[in-house]
Amino acid sequence: MIPVGFDYERPDSVDGALALLAERGEDAKILAGGHSLLPVMKLRLAAPELVIDIGRIAELRYIRVDGDEVAIGAGTRHHDLEASAEIAAEVPLLGAVARTVGDPQVRHRGTIGGSLAHADPASDLPAAVLALGGTVVLRSPRGERSVPITDFYTGVFSTVMEPDELVVEIRVPRTGTAGWAYEKFTRRANDWAIVGVAVVDGRVGLVNMGQTPLRASATEAALAGGASIDEAAALAAEGTDPPADLAGTKAYRAHLARVLTKRALTTAQG
Amino acid sequence: MTKVQITVNGEATAADVEPRLLLAHYLRDTVGLKATNIGCDTTSCGACTVLLDGESVKSCTLLAVQADAQEVTTMEGLSADGEHLHPVAAAFRAEHGLQCGFCTPGMVMATVSLLKENPTPTEREIREGLEGNLCRCTGYHNIVRSVIAASGQDPDTVQGLNGHAETAPSGGVEVAPGFSTGSDS
Ligand SMILES: Cc1cc2nc3c(=O)[nH]c(=O)nc-3n(C[C@H](O)[C@H](O)[C@H](O)COP(=O)(O)OP(=O)(O)OC[C@H]3O[C@@H](n4cnc5c(N)ncnc54)[C@H](O)[C@@H]3O)c2cc1C
Ligand code: FES
Ligand code: FES
Repeated sequence: MIPVGFDYERPDSVDGALALLAERGEDAKILAGGHSLLPVMKLRLAAPELVIDIGRIAELRYIRVDGDEVAIGAGTRHHDLEASAEIAAEVPLLGAVARTVGDPQVRHRGTIGGSLAHADPASDLPAAVLALGGTVVLRSPRGERSVPITDFYTGVFSTVMEPDELVVEIRVPRTGTAGWAYEKFTRRANDWAIVGVAVVDGRVGLVNMGQTPLRASATEAALAGGASIDEAAALAAEGTDPPADLAGTKAYRAHLARVLTKRALTTAQG
Repeated sequence: MTKVQITVNGEATAADVEPRLLLAHYLRDTVGLKATNIGCDTTSCGACTVLLDGESVKSCTLLAVQADAQEVTTMEGLSADGEHLHPVAAAFRAEHGLQCGFCTPGMVMATVSLLKENPTPTEREIREGLEGNLCRCTGYHNIVRSVIAASGQDPDTVQGLNGHAETAPSGGVEVAPGFSTGSDS
């Protein structure tokens, strides 16, 4: 499978990428790891006129402890997260979730910025960043803005990003090593989640339970009100609208959400 | 057309290519190295696995232009010659880690990358580390043995009952090839 022809630019700085986006944003696509974009281009479901490769912009690839937060460059690869000592010490949920993405080859290429920007509700990292209460930092020639992840997603494959904006950083609170868990349910190795549940500090993020990553708010409220894990987990599918496909019906996914939430809360409690 | 210069197996290669040319096709058709196979063409089977700057990647999901000015290693570049096999290739031969051989170059390259990151993996770590590589022939048993042997461990000791983990890393019961992981347990 061969993509439709396109022009290719590989700027070596964020400014260079932003200048190209400003000029041709409507016709252009950013390429980071390419592990979501290239498959859809090969299927000819996407045919950008210009591909702007940000995959080697060094200033986008970092993990830094910054006050109460960990700042992660958008170009940081899944493998960087799983191998990072800072991540393991400060926000281990993120490393563990990154480790469940695809396979080692995919993790050597895929980036956290690409994963968040792609806005696939079946992706693992968006729900983890949502459970963490993280922030997405966007930059354009007009300046920089920070969008709480709770406001970032507008639907399947869609976000509040403007065509001239680039995700440059993801910020998540430092959580320490206790109180977290990730449960990802798949039927085959190396697969996407049928449902996934990320728990950290009593917050619960759901993978593949609606149009966007979701928080299990009823579960969170019940926990905050002193409910038991069993009682709280029973509410995990409330307010969700999971997809129905070959991997499972809506009812099956709702069941999985409750079961996985119970497991994740139990593990997180230690 | 875009000019690319890619070091393949230690040798400089260069060509004017269309940006849409996949690295797998660059290696097979432009450079003429045919060990790298294309199986699924959809990032699933791993037959096209090569090393890009030392890390395993699937060359069907990478543009040749993305590898410009970088180093690529294919199965051809591993061993000096047929008499002096790279330890991973030698282990696949000794442990009979292949049948038809179609998946083998990808398996071997993925193994080289795995052992670089984790020189003495457990059986479980090997199975997870090779989850991006499919084999339709062997049932994986001898592939896992090959990797254990390549890491300098004894397949008969490592791949025993103890190697078959029944509990998830979190301590919970493993119920599916899903993942359970978390703190304090
Ligand atoms: C075989 C396979 C299995 C996979 N399994 C999983 C899985 O189990 N779980 C999972 O979560 N994911 C999975 N993925 C997806 C993988 O994690 C992707 O790497 C990720 O979703 C996208 O990251 P990328 O860097 O490759 O983005 P790209 O493919 O380069 O880009 C994806 C989209 O985001 C945009 N984009 C990228 N970076 C930026 C940026 N900085 N600013 C603005 N826009 C940007 C691009 O324009 C494009 O629209 C899998 C992929 C493959 C091929
Ligand atoms: S051909 Fe690349 S993964 Fe199958
Ligand atoms: S040996 Fe035939 S596919 Fe693996």
